[in-house]
Amino acid sequence: MITTRADRRPRRVRKSLGEIVFDRLNEAALGLLALSMLYPFWYLLAVSLADAQRVALSKVYLWPPIISLESYKNALGTRYIYYSFGWTILRAVAGTLIALALGFNMAYVLGKKYYPNRTFWTATLVFTMFFSGGIIPEYLLIKDLGLIDSVWSLILPGAISAYNIVIMRNYLTTLPDSLEESAKLDGANDVLILYKIILPLSMPILATVGLWTAVSHWNAWFDAMIYIRTTEKQTLQLILRRVVLLGDASIIPLSGEQVTGNPQMNTETIKAATVMVATIPILLVYPFIQKYFVKGVMIGSLKG
Amino acid sequence: MAISSGNVISAKRSAPSFAGTAKLYWRYRYLTLLMLPSLAALVIFKYIPIYGLTIAFKEFRIKAGILDSPWVGLDIFKQVFRMPGFSAAFRNTLILGAANLLVSFPAQIALALLLNELNNARYKKLVQTFSYLPHFISWITLSGLFLQLLSPSAGPLAALAKGLGLKPYYFMGEPDTFRLVLVAANLWKGIGWGSIIFLAALAGVDQEMYEAALIDGASRFQRVIFITLPAIAPTITIMLIMRSGSVLNDNFDQVYNMTNAAVSRITNVLGVLTYDLGLKNMKYSQSTAIGLFRNLVSFSLVLATNWFSRRVNDYGIW
Repeated sequence: MITTRADRRPRRVRKSLGEIVFDRLNEAALGLLALSMLYPFWYLLAVSLADAQRVALSKVYLWPPIISLESYKNALGTRYIYYSFGWTILRAVAGTLIALALGFNMAYVLGKKYYPNRTFWTATLVFTMFFSGGIIPEYLLIKDLGLIDSVWSLILPGAISAYNIVIMRNYLTTLPDSLEESAKLDGANDVLILYKIILPLSMPILATVGLWTAVSHWNAWFDAMIYIRTTEKQTLQLILRRVVLLGDASIIPLSGEQVTGNPQMNTETIKAATVMVATIPILLVYPFIQKYFVKGVMIGSLKG
Repeated sequence: MAISSGNVISAKRSAPSFAGTAKLYWRYRYLTLLMLPSLAALVIFKYIPIYGLTIAFKEFRIKAGILDSPWVGLDIFKQVFRMPGFSAAFRNTLILGAANLLVSFPAQIALALLLNELNNARYKKLVQTFSYLPHFISWITLSGLFLQLLSPSAGPLAALAKGLGLKPYYFMGEPDTFRLVLVAANLWKGIGWGSIIFLAALAGVDQEMYEAALIDGASRFQRVIFITLPAIAPTITIMLIMRSGSVLNDNFDQVYNMTNAAVSRITNVLGVLTYDLGLKNMKYSQSTAIGLFRNLVSFSLVLATNWFSRRVNDYGIW
């Protein structure tokens, strides 16, 4: 991916002792950093799998000596988890598709040097990166539009993201103009050109921006907290917030056996299991899609 | 056809008349058509709320709505600035925002430099992949994570402390140490992702400069100081300009989810105040005034930093 100086450094130069010491220390420090990124998730997995009745959680650091799936049964025993998964997937998929369609169209037009008042339209967009109405004006708008308690309140307000559109525009301007010119000679109009010729060439950037958008939908909670009133329509992060941070286990059914055990420890493992349930989807896809995540930042850095 | 298009272009080059511009929009009508839905969304969901900021200068009444509520000039701002909680919240936000910027920003640059010194490309990629991970996890999840990690009764940190013969300390229970936790958690979450942009800049540094320096006998450290850092200085400056406004960003997502009753003295930041005032106490005008104040100060900071950078080293984002 990124080729840097280190990858191409000529081998023939002999290193001094100081340099060798530095290299080893650097490798060790960065290895520790990498472990620090991974360990918290590993630890939580271990806690969520611990049999809290027979193992003291203070003895669990790497792997529980006795494994139990009881916590997962509890975490997955509530219907709210399934509802919230459904709503979260819906908002992520619909929100991403709508944001990509609106963003891609706008990015294409803003990338055309000959489009009238291009600078003005770009400035109008970029201004929203630095200035926004804030929570109350946005809340009043959603209320006036009658979108309270509707999934649209979670999809539409974020559909235009200035940052993502600028990145897509930067990518599109790197495609050769000749593609468009030859298609125009054949009589194709701009809509046709965009969707028949440019779109297939834009898959890398669409994947990147699409994944960013999907993850931000997956992690969003504040909008759902203020706009969604019905518990059945609540999104995953808020169910998580209720169980893990507010300690509201009322929506989690406890099986009889566990309540008689050590109740404090049980809530800890159930909380850990709930966090894992919400996080495992991201952890599972992350290794495969992380290169797309990074690509966009690189493209964005071409032009500010 | 060629002649007419020539006319349009010359009309644009001279004073662009209204009719000439309209003609251009018609000429590129398919592009206009493509952009219209996006523009509609931009106006409705970004610019109508920006217009809604006017309620910071009005005595908002729900029945009257934004348009018909009476203007009151700067009265709301005067009320807000005199509010007992405001100056504390402002101070808390400033401390957190400044600490986050001062700690995270240099750390991201340092990480990029250290990654750049790794000889093994595979190992480098592995470290990078792990370091980006927390960026994609929500603060709600991470709050749950930190609660367990830092738990004085069961967490691994407590076990480590006991193993070293120390007394386990509940970092999230005291205002001062809680601030440390907030800054450290923010550093941890953002360090990998923030370093990407600097790594991209490092990849663009001219290789011949290193070879020349090597021949001149420059040590590795000297090469970093005299070649690498100056080469990525424009990127550092631009990122600093973009983030200067974040001094007033208290990271509501993080603070609101990690806070607890024992530390509310320092987690009562502007973001929390805006939320409490507006959506809990229905003081729409007051809440909006605080939001607008913060937005204006942040934006001015970005403009001022940009101006300063343009004067001193001739690059900026505008």
